[in-house]
Amino acid sequence: MNPFRVHKGRVAPLDRVNVDTDQIIPKQFLKRIERTGFGEFLFYDWRFSADGKKSEGFVLDEPRYREASILLAGRNFGCGSSREHAVWALADFGFRAVISSSFADIFANNSTKNGFLTVRLSESETAELMRRTCEGNDYQLTIDLEQCEVRDDRGFRAKFPVDEFVRHCLLNGLDDIGLTLQHEAEIAAYEALHAAPPTLQGRRQ
Amino acid sequence: MAQRTLFEKIWDAHLVAQPGGRSPIIYIDLHLVHEVTSPQAFDGLRAARRKVRQPARTVATVDHNIPTEPRGTPITDLIAAKQIAALQANCKEFGVRLFDMDSPDQGIVHVIGPELGLTRPGMTIVCGDSHTSTHGAFGSLAFGIGTSEVEHVLATQCLAQQRPKTMKIEVRGRLAEGVAAKDLALGIIGQIGTDGASGHVLEYAGEAVRALSMEQRMTLCNMSIEAGARAGMVAPDETTFSYVRGRRFAPRDGEWEKAVEYWRGLPSDDGAAFDKVVEIDAAQLSPFVTWGTNPGMVAPVTGRVPEVGSLNDSDRRATELALQYMGLEPGKRIEEIGIDRVFIGSCTNSRLEDLRAAARVAKGHHVSAKVRAMVVPGSQTVKRAAEQEGLDRIFLDAGFEWRESGCSMCLGMNPDILQPGERCASTSNRNFEGRQGRGGRTHLVSPMMAAAAAIAGHFTDVRDWKFR
Repeated sequence: MNPFRVHKGRVAPLDRVNVDTDQIIPKQFLKRIERTGFGEFLFYDWRFSADGKKSEGFVLDEPRYREASILLAGRNFGCGSSREHAVWALADFGFRAVISSSFADIFANNSTKNGFLTVRLSESETAELMRRTCEGNDYQLTIDLEQCEVRDDRGFRAKFPVDEFVRHCLLNGLDDIGLTLQHEAEIAAYEALHAAPPTLQGRRQ
Repeated sequence: MAQRTLFEKIWDAHLVAQPGGRSPIIYIDLHLVHEVTSPQAFDGLRAARRKVRQPARTVATVDHNIPTEPRGTPITDLIAAKQIAALQANCKEFGVRLFDMDSPDQGIVHVIGPELGLTRPGMTIVCGDSHTSTHGAFGSLAFGIGTSEVEHVLATQCLAQQRPKTMKIEVRGRLAEGVAAKDLALGIIGQIGTDGASGHVLEYAGEAVRALSMEQRMTLCNMSIEAGARAGMVAPDETTFSYVRGRRFAPRDGEWEKAVEYWRGLPSDDGAAFDKVVEIDAAQLSPFVTWGTNPGMVAPVTGRVPEVGSLNDSDRRATELALQYMGLEPGKRIEEIGIDRVFIGSCTNSRLEDLRAAARVAKGHHVSAKVRAMVVPGSQTVKRAAEQEGLDRIFLDAGFEWRESGCSMCLGMNPDILQPGERCASTSNRNFEGRQGRGGRTHLVSPMMAAAAAIAGHFTDVRDWKFR
């Protein structure tokens, strides 16, 4: 996993609440068996018409938001399906982080496994950022995971909460599985006490 | 020892390690796997030269993108076929039991787990699917995970998880005739919102919940994720035990007695504290119909689509966008909304009792000439049982299609999709934009309400239904 420490980049606004994972990556694109190549299908039904042509006016396609690497969205971002493809699509499109006042649990969890940051700020802070983003042409933010802080060049500064362990993994790009396997002895001890019930050990009818 | 909730008892019993400064590591008893969220996880194992740690605790099936035409029909979607082939190859390579397309036990993963007796009280259960919450109906801790965590569980049989908070939903009184478990779920989500339970594990309690059958409890727990919950649970009781008893993988003989004794100790202790408690009055619930693009946008069938004037800014914008997508005017009576399609199925409502409820409404009637209606049983076992009771005949005589088992039009990964602008009464769990097909308009309802809408051609209050 790529580490996330400090990232500065352009912000794109998606001023909607409850953006669900079906919108982020529609189901017709979940059939790929790789982790890559989902970016072109990000927000597909909003960005493209039914015949595959670019729709007019979707915010991410505005020239001033091209090459944005930080997405700013309304509350409860990433609700719905557990598909990790949603995070893969955002990351593949070029985003490194999403800022919102709240995130669905599974989406937030999936993000941390991919070096992708979910930054939770208050409603009033996200509203202020929304205003600043829509005002300017190249509004940039710095997301500083070392300081747990979001800031711009015009005096905006806000702290965000992040679980200490998650932060540690993200800062160092650590592989979760490897960390858990450091506890092999404890897992083995647990398994010795709790054998799989015989019925789960493949006994046939 | 302090009084503990059902969730806390299961959590504590599965703690493997609590490393300082890190998330606790919990053991996973049962890992359910399907074709869509697993290929990248198996690839990860291969890349790291890891094995599946506990094949005996891992069970796979194909459900999300298989066609619901008769089983011999070739899969014309080549990418879907490739994904299914990948699961078959992965299960073979890693020694995972697969209930494959041609298996008499194939079905939606959340239908077959309980049906086979794999799902049991007190377990931790995960699956790369958000509706894993369904299994909480048995008093297990069951939740959806993403593909990276699927790989993590395959490799370690554990998960590093932050401990969620607890919320009790106390449902007072009894559900009235014609008001289904689905309506209870929709009523709860309508009240607390689609993020009302974020970060929490729900425990459903109270007289109305105790009175629910296992299949109804599964419907209720299934929708927990639509309130943002990590999981939903119902304490195990005699209803649970008699459902599990004798199922194919259920404990037998002496093991059964021991298991039941353990399960009896699982319900939340009197006085155990929850982080949050919500009360629901069952008598206030009626059959519900969603009118918008998330499951919290819901109204009683006797009600109307909301007016937008009274709402605050962000709610108003969300409502306007939803109504625009749904092609509905503010204030329209729900019963005046006409439909084109009906879908009875999904991990929410595709079990035998769901089909019986719908068939009872359909019997002796005929689907409206302008409606195409499909019934998709949740599993091959449900299908056979329904056919034995003659439910298939009732549906076919009434003009419904009777299809093979799978997720089908709940998410439209297979050929069962809505056309743009088509309006569907659906017993599934999500009415998001495009969920059942691009431009499709989904209204979530109970199986009885869906069957009634199929026949009437528009939503109608099933409490006034003329059963034949």
